[in-house]
Amino acid sequence: MLISKAPDLTYSRAYINGPCLTHPKARRQLVENDSRQFYIYPTKMLTSRALIRGLQSSLWRSVCSTSALQGSHSKVVDVIDCSVPQYNNRLDTPLPDRPFVKHDQLSAEQKKLKEKEKASWKSLSKEEQLALYRMTFELTYPEMRKGSDEWKTVLGGVFFFMGFTGLLVWWQRVYVFGDVPHTLSDEWVEKQTQRMIDMRINPVNGFASQWDYEKKQWK
Amino acid sequence: MMFSAVVRLSASGIRSLARAGPSYTAPLASRCYSHAKAETDEEFDARWVTYFSKPDIDAWELKKGMNTLIGYDLVPEPKILDSALRACRRLNDLASAIRILEAVKDKSGPHKEIYPYLIQELKPTLQELGISTPEELGIDQI
Repeated sequence: MLISKAPDLTYSRAYINGPCLTHPKARRQLVENDSRQFYIYPTKMLTSRALIRGLQSSLWRSVCSTSALQGSHSKVVDVIDCSVPQYNNRLDTPLPDRPFVKHDQLSAEQKKLKEKEKASWKSLSKEEQLALYRMTFELTYPEMRKGSDEWKTVLGGVFFFMGFTGLLVWWQRVYVFGDVPHTLSDEWVEKQTQRMIDMRINPVNGFASQWDYEKKQWK
Repeated sequence: MMFSAVVRLSASGIRSLARAGPSYTAPLASRCYSHAKAETDEEFDARWVTYFSKPDIDAWELKKGMNTLIGYDLVPEPKILDSALRACRRLNDLASAIRILEAVKDKSGPHKEIYPYLIQELKPTLQELGISTPEELGIDQI
C-alpha cells in the first residue's frame, strides 16, 4: 500500500469523502493516511511502486510546504495569512483594507507621530505629514502608475535566444546535413525545364502558358 | 429546366410576395427603458455627502465609501470630497485625506482641468483642516 505524505506527481489523486468513482480505467487503491482516504488513479505513465516510494521519501518531501502534510518538516515558504485583511497597491482602491505598516509594528517615534496626528494637523510639518502618508501607504499614485523596463529585458532575451538558435541551425547546416540532391543542380534543372516545356505542363494558366512557343522565350 | 423554374417563380412567387402585408415598424418615440425613477445628480451628491457626514463614521465605512465612490464612472463633486475629508479628520487619518486627493486626480484621467478646479473649491477646507496637497508634499512626481 502506498503511504504518501508529499504531493504526488505521477498519480492524480482524488480526495474523496463519498462512495465510488466512475473512472472506467481506474485501478482504485484505498490508502489509509492520517484517517483520510485517498483513491489513487494511475496515469498513463507506468512507474513502479518502488520508484515512487523512493521519490516520495527522498525528494518531494522538501517540496511540499503545507503544514497539514509536513509533519515534522520545518522549512516553510513565505506564507501570507489570507484570513486577515491584506494591504494592496491598486489605483481603483485608494484606501486598502489595512495600513501598510501595521499598528503593532510601528516604531516608538512613529507611534508618537500617530498621537500627534490626533491634534490639529496644522501643527504637523511637511516631513511629518509625508511620514504619516508613507506609514499608511507603500506607493503613491504616480509610483503605482510608473511602468518598468522589464519589457526591454524580455525582448533582449528573446532576440538573444533566437540568435543562439540561428547559430545552432547554421552549425547543423554545415556539419549535419549532407549534400543537396543532384536533381537541384543547375544543369539538371535546365534539362528539366526544357522537358516541362516540351510536355506543355499546365498550358492554359500555368507553367507552359508562360512560354512563348513562337519566339522560343519566356513571355 | 432552369427557365421553367424561373417562370414558375415569377407566376406565383411574386404574387405571394405582393400578398404579404405591410411589415411591422416600431414607432420611433417609444423606447424600452425601465420605468423606475432615475436618481438625479443632486440626489446622488446629497446621498454621498450624507454618507460621509455621519458623526461616528468608522474607518471601515470611510474605506468602503471611498473605494465605492472611486469605482464609479465619475469624479466626485467638491462637496462630497469635503465631507470625506472631514470624515478623515474625525478619524484622525491624515494619510487617507491626502490619498483621497491623489485618487480624484488620478480619476480625472486625461481631463487635466478637473483636479485644479477641485483643489480650488476645496482650498478653504484644506486650509482649515491643515491638509497638504500631494503637490505640496512632492509626491505628485516620482
